[in-house]
Amino acid sequence: MDGEDDAPKSLMEEMYANGIEGVDDAPSSSTSTTIRKNRPIISGEQLDIEAYAALYSGRTKIMRLIFLADHCDNSGMQLEALRMAYDELKKGENTQLFREVVQKIDGRLGPNYSTDATWCAMVDRKADQRKDKLESELNAYRTNLIKESIRMGYNDFGDFYYAHGALGDAFKSYVRTRDYCTTSKHIIQMCLSAILVSIEMGQFAHVTSYVSKAEQTPEALDPPTIAKLRCAAGLAHLEAKKYKLAARKFLEVGPELGNSYSEVIAPQDVATYGGLCALASFDRTELKNKVIDNINFRNFLELVPEVRELINDFYSSHYASCLEYLGNLKSNLMLDIHIHDHVETLYDQIRSKALIQYTHPFVSVDMRMMADAFKTSVAGLEKELESLITDNQIQARIDSHNKILYARHADQRNATFQRVLQTGNEFDWDVRAMLLRANLLKHEYNLRASRKI
Amino acid sequence: MNSVEGLVNQIQGLSTTASDVLSLQNLLKQADDSLHAESTRLLPFLDQLDPSKHSLGYLYFLEACTAGPVTKEQAGSYVLMIARFITSCIAEQIRLAPDKFITVCKRFKDQVLLLEEPLRGVAPMLTAIRKLQSSSEHLTALHPEFLLLCLLSRCYKAGLSILEEDVFEVDQPRDLFLFCYYGGMISIGKKWFRKALELLHNVVTAPMSTVNAIAVEAFKKYILVSLIHHGQSPTNLPKYASSVAQRNLKNLCQPYIELANSYSNGKIADIETYVEANKDKFESDNNLGLVKQAVSSMYKRNIQRLTQTYLTLSLQDIANRVQLNSPKEAEMHVLQMIKDGEIYATINQKDGMVRFLEDPEQYKTCEMIEHIDSSIQRLMTLSKKLNGVDELMSCDPLYLLKAGRERQRFDFDDFDNVPQRFNI
Repeated sequence: MDGEDDAPKSLMEEMYANGIEGVDDAPSSSTSTTIRKNRPIISGEQLDIEAYAALYSGRTKIMRLIFLADHCDNSGMQLEALRMAYDELKKGENTQLFREVVQKIDGRLGPNYSTDATWCAMVDRKADQRKDKLESELNAYRTNLIKESIRMGYNDFGDFYYAHGALGDAFKSYVRTRDYCTTSKHIIQMCLSAILVSIEMGQFAHVTSYVSKAEQTPEALDPPTIAKLRCAAGLAHLEAKKYKLAARKFLEVGPELGNSYSEVIAPQDVATYGGLCALASFDRTELKNKVIDNINFRNFLELVPEVRELINDFYSSHYASCLEYLGNLKSNLMLDIHIHDHVETLYDQIRSKALIQYTHPFVSVDMRMMADAFKTSVAGLEKELESLITDNQIQARIDSHNKILYARHADQRNATFQRVLQTGNEFDWDVRAMLLRANLLKHEYNLRASRKI
Repeated sequence: MNSVEGLVNQIQGLSTTASDVLSLQNLLKQADDSLHAESTRLLPFLDQLDPSKHSLGYLYFLEACTAGPVTKEQAGSYVLMIARFITSCIAEQIRLAPDKFITVCKRFKDQVLLLEEPLRGVAPMLTAIRKLQSSSEHLTALHPEFLLLCLLSRCYKAGLSILEEDVFEVDQPRDLFLFCYYGGMISIGKKWFRKALELLHNVVTAPMSTVNAIAVEAFKKYILVSLIHHGQSPTNLPKYASSVAQRNLKNLCQPYIELANSYSNGKIADIETYVEANKDKFESDNNLGLVKQAVSSMYKRNIQRLTQTYLTLSLQDIANRVQLNSPKEAEMHVLQMIKDGEIYATINQKDGMVRFLEDPEQYKTCEMIEHIDSSIQRLMTLSKKLNGVDELMSCDPLYLLKAGRERQRFDFDDFDNVPQRFNI
């Protein structure tokens, strides 16, 4: 990568400028990867898989790599991702995923990357042994009724299942520890583990409930934990398509997050998700207050300068460049496991907001100029405007002959008169029908009463 | 024979004062069976009676006369006789025997239809209604017959005066159903879709314990008319419709519901294919004309929607968006709509452009003020009437009994029964 030439000079500045505390031990442990971590990774250029994968750790790294391999069309990138997944899996104990990855590789990477049956068998055997050991220990603790040891026993079980990919069992084990938690620290630990497993499983309802549970124990919450919980909550809202709430949560994440939550999310992701959701759902004042003037969030935005640029462009009405940035980012965003199915919706919303914001201050707008500003054709623009007008998001009318958009403000006085007359008519109709029905009912009732007698 | 002659004399004698007429009525009631027994020979006696003075007696005789089966030749003479009777009879006298009067008029209608000249029956029937009604809000059994004659003779305007009145008192629910149904059909014929909607709505939401055929047919037309008038069909019946209707009407009118659904999708081609496919069903219900009107109203709806978004639009664009075949057709549609007052626009033929204008109504003219004022007056009277009915209802002993049984009990006294009669 080009950054390596500037390595000695820029390394110091970049490390201090971004304010990210410390540098994690990257798996390949070389300076080049460390530098790469501070460079924009989610950008318009083609995704650098090694750098991308270096942001994460644990199971999510493997899942992301697999997702990448499934969804990108470049076979070079595919194989690269699968290779890294294979390596990572070899370090762990998840034989199920290992077999899947091997199947996907399909022998394309040579004999080193094929089914290693001996390794699988060995891992499985060790797993069984460990499981038996854990069970016996747990039973012992249970008979002795020592709360702390029982809790640790279940915790270990949870970790064991998680490492082996049995997410449902892991979740159950973690939840079992709840009864044996004594201090708030324990509760926090349990909540965090449950959240982690739920995110991996994709069950974001649990995420929300455990986040709120954790937030209810304020004593043991230190800033990194708060930041982690906010990230998790933001992810849950994102999955539930509640973009405004997701944006708010992501924007509240403090810089203490650092790289401490790499099992789930990277700070680049916080910036991207938060920025895009905010752009799609906030109005101008909120955007200015919470995003542009937000000092904490600025640190995150530095990691993804394209997102920062596009937010500034949108706010200063440079729609063409804003939309261009968005277009460039799209291909990489589609490879991210959390946001890929929301990209289209978010983009549509951002585009509509841009169109509405453009037309808002004017009485009349030349559609040719507007089409230039949005880098689209006049016919396409006309269609988009038409749908926005029909949805009542823009109050205007199109002069199709001269291609001008005229703002149209409804005449309140006439509208009021019309409504009054209409209400009067409806009242008239309703009351007359009601009196008629009452009469019928009375008749029927009288008939029945007379029959009874 | 003697009894009949005696009766004739009595009628002639006792038809002057009100009390006499009452005693005459008793006599006639007792003699009714004997009259029916001699029905074939009563015709000459009718000449002795004068319908304008001896209305009650004449009515009894007439009713007994026409009781049997009637041939076509007889029908002709009967029709004349009854028509004359109706025009000249005294309203108070015949109101003493309304059932007989209604029977006679119904037979009159049958005979008129037998002769295949419904037009002859229209005017007499109107007079009959006016004489039988106790007030203009009263719906008699003759109303639907009258409307039926209007429908069959295509004399819609005559039905107008009857339809414009508000109906509040009803003798028989069946009369109401038929009245509203026929009224709806007449309104559709005159293209008063709003009135038609109102009448059909009354049928569909009337209280009923079982679904009847009239309600089903009315519902079919209701869907079609609301498509034409509002551009959307009622998805659900309002809450006050009877539960029987809510559950069953939709199932019985399936093709119409689907037509309404495809209408709301807005694609003309779809709806036309659907109509073609189900042509027989619509035809068997005699609704094909209405269905075609609904389909053509779709073009209108689409053009109206365009007025909301565009200030000017070329005819070619209109044709494209509304799925018409050529700009010429679009021009014709727009022209028709401007003439009907459904949109406000000007067509510039040189450029082939249509310019949509705002509703020029400024609500500043004297006519508008008068209109608003009279509406306010009308609604105030209606409101007073509503209050009056409410008060009447809350004094009704049956209502008080039921409400008393189900009221909240907060006090010892509340556990007493509601007094049914005020005994001092």
